[in-house]
Amino acid sequence: MPTLGELERSVMDVLWQDGVTLTAYELLDRLPGEGRKLAATTVLTVLSRLEKKGFVARERGSRPHGYRAQHSREEHMAELMHEVLGRADDRVAVLERFVGQVSAAEAQALRALLDSAQSGD
Amino acid sequence: MIPAAIFLGALALILAVPVPILLARASWPARAPGVALLLWQAVALAGGMSMIGALVVLGLAPFGSDIGAASTGLWRAVSAREAIELSRAWPVIALGAALLLGAHLVLNLALTIVASERERRRHRAIVTLLSAPLEQRRDARVIEASVPAAYCLPPVGGLSVTVLTAGLVALLDERELGAVIAHERAHLHQRHHLVTTAFTAWKLSLPWLPIASRAQAAVAMLVEMLADDRARSVADDRTLARAIVLVASGDTGGAPSREIEAPSGHAPTGITARVTRLADPRLPRGASAAVILLAIGLLAVPTALLAAPLLA
Repeated sequence: MPTLGELERSVMDVLWQDGVTLTAYELLDRLPGEGRKLAATTVLTVLSRLEKKGFVARERGSRPHGYRAQHSREEHMAELMHEVLGRADDRVAVLERFVGQVSAAEAQALRALLDSAQSGD
Repeated sequence: MIPAAIFLGALALILAVPVPILLARASWPARAPGVALLLWQAVALAGGMSMIGALVVLGLAPFGSDIGAASTGLWRAVSAREAIELSRAWPVIALGAALLLGAHLVLNLALTIVASERERRRHRAIVTLLSAPLEQRRDARVIEASVPAAYCLPPVGGLSVTVLTAGLVALLDERELGAVIAHERAHLHQRHHLVTTAFTAWKLSLPWLPIASRAQAAVAMLVEMLADDRARSVADDRTLARAIVLVASGDTGGAPSREIEAPSGHAPTGITARVTRLADPRLPRGASAAVILLAIGLLAVPTALLAAPLLA
């Protein structure tokens, strides 16, 4: 039995695939492997969780409701990367980062430092 | 009471400007980051206490000879609805200022905590969707981005996570990756986000005072060094140094260093400092102990001045 996180990932993968709008049953059909054995209620639970988190939008026009991804995978990735790399001012300490970007000149100086240390002893 | 107010005011001034400037410029913190972190916290706390304490003592001065008696005196005057004469306007102003400053600090802290929790939750949700476990390791996840990056998310709803980009995994060898993951896990294990969040809020509150602005930058750097020290238990210094440089220089789009606002010309920027310090010896125990004592003493002074009369 896959974890909730894995289920959410599988569902989003399907929705991101072609940017389509699907009903829960259509989604169930398109889930890979074991996913197809899930109950429709499970899929609906996952979809409502994703909706609450803002990743999925529900179209209430027709019944059964159609679900689609709010943003593309690329948009989410860009948001992630922007948060990791893009903050110029640390207004909110969200992430503890290892990354620190340096100018090309400094990087070169550091590499030289490492190389000389390596060959030194 | 006035002498006490003057003393606290002077202490507040000293801790607000010259002390943090000097401490930020000092070179010993890199040799004992944990102890230096303690000292920064003591400076910030003592500074805050002295600022508010000076205002409180000044405000209470006309009402009694020590804080306890003065507080009772003020309470009596207010409840008897005695008109606060014009000559006593300044105590009201001082007490009001103390209250405002206290509220300002507390509110900023609360808002910063709430905002960072919310962003962390959001980020966590996206990472869950976009990442896969790092192969053969259970302690990190990988996201499909080509820019080399590694970071960790402090716990939100119980679980924390270390995240690497695919670009980083491709760039580093196994030992270097181990060093990076150990570094991130050190952040989580030692709960650095608590202290960095507090100092971010502190800087937000008093952005023009060195006690807050320099402190935030210094603490951010010290916390990196502390995590580096932990990484040294799983990787040798050379591996760690390479990992630090590779991660930082992987994307040399000419973006200026963001890790630390280096005061003009003096201190090296973050990455260089983190690498060169690996070669420096640790601070001798005696010196470390002295710093710890200094930190305790620094905190004890305003505490004693403010609390002792209440306890007597």
